[in-house]
Amino acid sequence: MTENDDAKMIEPPQSGLTRRDLIKGVILGGVAISSSSYLFRASTLAAQTSRGTGDRLLTINVNGQQRRADVMKQETLAWTLRHKLGLTGTKLGCDRAECGSCTVLIDGVPHYSCSVLTHTVRDKKVLTIEGLASPDGALHPVQQGVIDEQGFQCAFCMPGFIMAAVAFLKANPDPTRMELAQGLSGNLCRCQDYDKILTAMMRGAENMRSASRA
Amino acid sequence: MAVIRDVMPDFKLVQPNSITGAQKVLEQQGENGWVLAGGMDSFDWLKDRIKKPKVVVDLSGIEELKGVRTTADGIEIGAMTTLTEVVQHPAIREKYKLLADSAELVASPQIRNQGTLGGNVSQDARCWYYRGGWPCYRAGGNICYADTPEGRNREHAILNADRCVAVNPSDSAPALIALDAKFVIRTSKGERVVDAEDYFIGPEIDITRLHILKPGDLLTTIRIPSTWAGAQFYFEKVRDRNVWDFPLLNVASAMVVSSGSIERLRIAVNGAAARPLRLKVVEDAVRGKPPNASTGEMAGKLAVQGAVPLQFNAYKIPLMRNLVKRAIGGVQEATWTS
Repeated sequence: MTENDDAKMIEPPQSGLTRRDLIKGVILGGVAISSSSYLFRASTLAAQTSRGTGDRLLTINVNGQQRRADVMKQETLAWTLRHKLGLTGTKLGCDRAECGSCTVLIDGVPHYSCSVLTHTVRDKKVLTIEGLASPDGALHPVQQGVIDEQGFQCAFCMPGFIMAAVAFLKANPDPTRMELAQGLSGNLCRCQDYDKILTAMMRGAENMRSASRA
Repeated sequence: MAVIRDVMPDFKLVQPNSITGAQKVLEQQGENGWVLAGGMDSFDWLKDRIKKPKVVVDLSGIEELKGVRTTADGIEIGAMTTLTEVVQHPAIREKYKLLADSAELVASPQIRNQGTLGGNVSQDARCWYYRGGWPCYRAGGNICYADTPEGRNREHAILNADRCVAVNPSDSAPALIALDAKFVIRTSKGERVVDAEDYFIGPEIDITRLHILKPGDLLTTIRIPSTWAGAQFYFEKVRDRNVWDFPLLNVASAMVVSSGSIERLRIAVNGAAARPLRLKVVEDAVRGKPPNASTGEMAGKLAVQGAVPLQFNAYKIPLMRNLVKRAIGGVQEATWTS
């Protein structure tokens, strides 16, 4: 999308604002502009009832919020999340379903968001790393486990690992280290920091168990 | 092929909610149409701009293609059932565990959550020359880049090669052949049911496809009869990494033993040829013999008869021999643990 290309070319300001804040700000602004241009077309869009008849303006449920975005037919969920909704916590590593850094939960199930068309998740609930902490700011037990154990090195793969772990631990609250490794085997860490990651995730599992007891 | 990090080229996305609707669009579009199941194979082709369909038909909204049903004689699995659902389904685990065992070893958890059984058996070859967009036989050209003295062909065929030396990469396919599954196909002329082994074709029949589906056809259901329910099953997959990887070779077998001798056996191997191979000659040879190492040894030797290695894949011949031996005679060696 052109607004994103523009965003990357803008010089970072000298003070205050970080590069990340600036890019996210510009992305969100771009979405607002591009969505508003569609608003006046709402009546024609509402007339189209069957699935996939050509409307690009979507409302998708992300992290419990109804988010509107202008989505191309061939657009992947990772692209929409990062470039249209400003949710840059979801990382794009390989873009080929081979690394796991784009893992998000769709109806509670981990998927590679680089390999899901956004138009196929219209009726579903998407959860990204941004939606994991509770509204009061308390971290998810798995996130807390990562901090407690300093689980990651560069942490580019971390959001994907955490999302995969959250879903796995929900179904298997008390895994062995080996079982957890199997459960997280769809995620790669290029720093080869697996041992520490597993320790952190095991701590996360422990945190989840004590949180559910409390 | 450089990895392109961009949105895919434009296509028209159609999201029908019935088989009839999907088939109508696919029939209209012919060669321009593309069937999207889980997408785990499709997106590579589309992102790399090697296949450029004009219309993509997304089957994920068709409920009649999903789920596992118990029938009078066995079970029926919708083609859009995910591999995770296949692995976890109680009836499959109880009676047809061979299929669950094979599906559990496919790729990674996330891929199994999205990849479908129909997609797993219908996926395209992994030969990197072909997937890299080289104009080879399979891509409609007139050369094979893998079958040359310098070609990288460690993963390629040892049996039944004909110009193209690519292999079928499916793990569930040999399991379905061993379970004597039937594939239900919807064509423009109506419904057609074929044996699992006849769903797959080699280059001598059509060098550009691994299965019998023509443009406009849809694989809708996979039926597993109760013939082999609860038999003695064996599935083994050999791959370079323990996750994500396609098989170098795999073997799937169902065996019924009575009073110390093999009453009947069905066995298939994949990764050795362009289609999963049912080893009929082995099935016949072991009937009435004890299921032990020496029977397995004999079966393994029979299985690889006629195998022709390429420059870098001769290891597949002893590998296939031993997999067949283990399927029949059991595993004597200590099991490998990590």
